[in-house]
Amino acid sequence: MHLDTLVAKFQQKDEKAFETLYNMYSKSMHGVIYNIVRNHDIAQEVMQDVFIKAWNNANSYTAEKGRFFTWILNISRNAAIDKTRSKSFKNSGKNLNSDFFVSIIENNDSNDRLDDQTDAIGIKNFVSKLAKTCIEVIELLYFKGYTQKEASETLKMPIGTIKTRNRNCIMELRNMLKI
Amino acid sequence: MDIKAYIESGILELYVAGSLSEKESQEIYALLSKHPELLQEVERIENTIVKLTASVSPGYSDKIFSEIKNNLDFNDDMKKVIPLTKPKTNYFSYIGWAASIIFAAGLLWMINQNNELETKISNAETNKEFLEYQIERANKNLTEAKKLISVLRDRDIISVPLDGQAVYPEAYAKVYWDKSLNNIYLDVQGLPVPPEGKVYQVWSLTLNPLSPTSLGTLDDFITDENKIFTISNPNASEAFGITLEPAGGSVGPTMEQLYTLGIVTSTTS
Repeated sequence: MHLDTLVAKFQQKDEKAFETLYNMYSKSMHGVIYNIVRNHDIAQEVMQDVFIKAWNNANSYTAEKGRFFTWILNISRNAAIDKTRSKSFKNSGKNLNSDFFVSIIENNDSNDRLDDQTDAIGIKNFVSKLAKTCIEVIELLYFKGYTQKEASETLKMPIGTIKTRNRNCIMELRNMLKI
Repeated sequence: MDIKAYIESGILELYVAGSLSEKESQEIYALLSKHPELLQEVERIENTIVKLTASVSPGYSDKIFSEIKNNLDFNDDMKKVIPLTKPKTNYFSYIGWAASIIFAAGLLWMINQNNELETKISNAETNKEFLEYQIERANKNLTEAKKLISVLRDRDIISVPLDGQAVYPEAYAKVYWDKSLNNIYLDVQGLPVPPEGKVYQVWSLTLNPLSPTSLGTLDDFITDENKIFTISNPNASEAFGITLEPAGGSVGPTMEQLYTLGIVTSTTS
């Protein structure tokens, strides 16, 4: 089914469409959330909340504002960041690892699902060779949800440079994944 | 617009990341619908990011979605399906019901019509039977009348008027005597209805010496319609009389109850 149709059905409260979208994006959302909260139970809990929130606020999404993936990615990052700021999270004494997403990928066991294995091994290979500049820009833009301006300020690079560097990093990944 | 340069600028990667302003995103959305190659590029970038972010996930429970469903009170897919198909089903079932009601009404109407027609046929048959009976009766009357006319016109028949006597002077009767057949036709139209337990008795008389011979009683006097009786008379009668007698008749006439009497005047051989 076409993504637009799927999203439209989801907005009309079609449970099947919702499940399909969950299957398409839940793992990515979990990765993003886990990278922020660094705790299995909390990551699961936040992801569950994210999809419930998406269902309940389905009509607040409009294609004009961006991709559906981007919409739910935003919800996930915000929910995870909110969680790290909550009292219960701080009291749990969790130390937020300053490592970037790559350390998680490197530490992940070889993936349990067969169809994902090729990609997982490829990405593992890719990130191990990835330049620090790539890691930083990807971390900020995709995993932390920084705006181009925020990323520019944090990395002390002009916006144009951020854009092209990021593009080059993603292109490397695409070549490796043959996308 | 230089599509290639636009792609190379890296703005589409930021678009997928959600790092652009709302206004910038709307501009890109407008471009995507005009340039399929831009949309294709966005989809590829997105696909890459989906895989990259997914590879970070160390794995999670596969029961999460069912927990989400429970949390959102999903009662399985049936709940959604029924309301969608229900109106359609109702629509057809309404038509079905309407059709069957019309059909039933039509059927009742036809049964009613059929009953009415059967009643009419039955009435018509009764009328027909009644008319046939009347025709039969009229024919019978006609036959009798014709017979009477033939009797009256027959020159061989002797007509004997019987006049009323002392006991009932207004009474009268008439005898038509067919000597060749030894029959008399007695017309008693002028006699009163006999009282209960009494009956008229007809007598044939010879005058010298006076001797009566009973020709029988008129037992059917009341029921007979034309009051004409055919009686066998083999006697050489000189007069005819009618007396009122007790039911069953008498051996000899009770002269005090003689109602009519008439003498045969012409005796053609």
